[in-house]
Amino acid sequence: METLNTDISNYRNLLKHYIEIRDEQSLYGAEQLSKMFIKNNVPPEEIVNLHIQALEELYPDVPEYFRHSMNFLVEIMITYGIAYQENYSLREEQSQLKSEIAVAANMQETLLATTKPETEDLDIGVVSAPANQMSGDYYHFLEGKDNSIGIAIADVIGKGIPAALCMSMIKYSMDSLPEATMSPKTILKNLNRVVERNVDAGMFITMFYIQYLPAKNKIRYASAGHEPGFYYNAETKTFEEIKAKGLVLGVSPDADYREYERTINKGDMVVLLTDGVTECKQGDRFIETEEVLEVIEQYSDLPAQEMVNKVYKHFERMQNFQFRDDFTLLVFKKEV
Amino acid sequence: MDLQSCVKIEKEWDIVKARQLGRDISREIGFGTVDQARIATAISELARNVYLYADSGEICFEQTDSLEKKGLTIISTDTGPGIQNISQIMDDGYSTSGGLGAGLPGVKRLVDQFDIQSEEGKGTEVIALKWLR
Repeated sequence: METLNTDISNYRNLLKHYIEIRDEQSLYGAEQLSKMFIKNNVPPEEIVNLHIQALEELYPDVPEYFRHSMNFLVEIMITYGIAYQENYSLREEQSQLKSEIAVAANMQETLLATTKPETEDLDIGVVSAPANQMSGDYYHFLEGKDNSIGIAIADVIGKGIPAALCMSMIKYSMDSLPEATMSPKTILKNLNRVVERNVDAGMFITMFYIQYLPAKNKIRYASAGHEPGFYYNAETKTFEEIKAKGLVLGVSPDADYREYERTINKGDMVVLLTDGVTECKQGDRFIETEEVLEVIEQYSDLPAQEMVNKVYKHFERMQNFQFRDDFTLLVFKKEV
Repeated sequence: MDLQSCVKIEKEWDIVKARQLGRDISREIGFGTVDQARIATAISELARNVYLYADSGEICFEQTDSLEKKGLTIISTDTGPGIQNISQIMDDGYSTSGGLGAGLPGVKRLVDQFDIQSEEGKGTEVIALKWLR
């Protein structure tokens, strides 16, 4: 009650000053007062009432009709005030949700962490950035006893929290694969069964799995409906698409995956990505795959990690720093 | 003022009657303009719920006295379908009649104490109390 009284005298004095002099300074005072009302969560009907009281104190002979009109305004403000308070508490709730999501995103990062293999054979670079707080993209490395290296890149159709939850499952399935030396087609077949059994019918995961076999200078790969990768031939300085056919994970319980193989030479490079990269937009236009490759080639002399960082920065800027989809780009170069 | 005063809610016009009676009583108790307007709005919301969703019902008023303060209790009872999920309709942002009403969360904000009981198929009772400050 004490503070409210101060408000009334404050309001009255300011109002009086304004009515007498009509200067900008009083209006600036009104602005400050308004901010204070918001800060103290004062509802609009209370402010109108304050105005009525101040006016009556200043001009006891306020005409009757004017007094009635102000009471009418109070009535109008009541429901408005409720809406204002509802908004206020929804805002509070929203900021609480945001911080919970931030915690979840942090947790996801820890859950999905994978270690880049330390190997002299390959120079590996990877960048993965969520469009919102949580990512539906995923990549994972497996190291076999025979020095083979398995690399998976995956994308949940959809993004945000549901996609992110779905990815945690993939991570644990991959961690519990009986051995890291399993062939790409077997791994995809295994994962397909897990996804088909455990994920909602409307949710699908695409994955590209590639295995590097150092003893044979070969790569083996299979795809479950994922974006094709690219192979960079260092000698001819050209890119070619790495096509692989296969059904998206989770559609049919007994999908089989075809496996492909090719030789990889020193200096050659493999590029894996998710559709967040190929579906970048410049203005209203989707960029062409060639443009992605041009940017990659432009930085191809750099170490792999620096290279993907530069490419990411290039597209981040092109998208005005707001990706529409999760963006993951993984590159490895054969060093020996 | 010990007795309850009630208004039966059958037609939309009865909402106005309930507001009028509630406002008169709150003025007698000594509520100021703003609180009178708040009480009237709370009554409107309660009466509109009865009018829209129940076959019949009424809004009753009684003066409530404690040791140090006076207040007005508004009681809304109906024989409507009842409310299945009270938590849901008490949630901000959820509104049954197309959005613009203040709804029951709004009524709760307008008063000092609020209680609701409902049984599916039988009806709903809302008790709202506003203390005189």
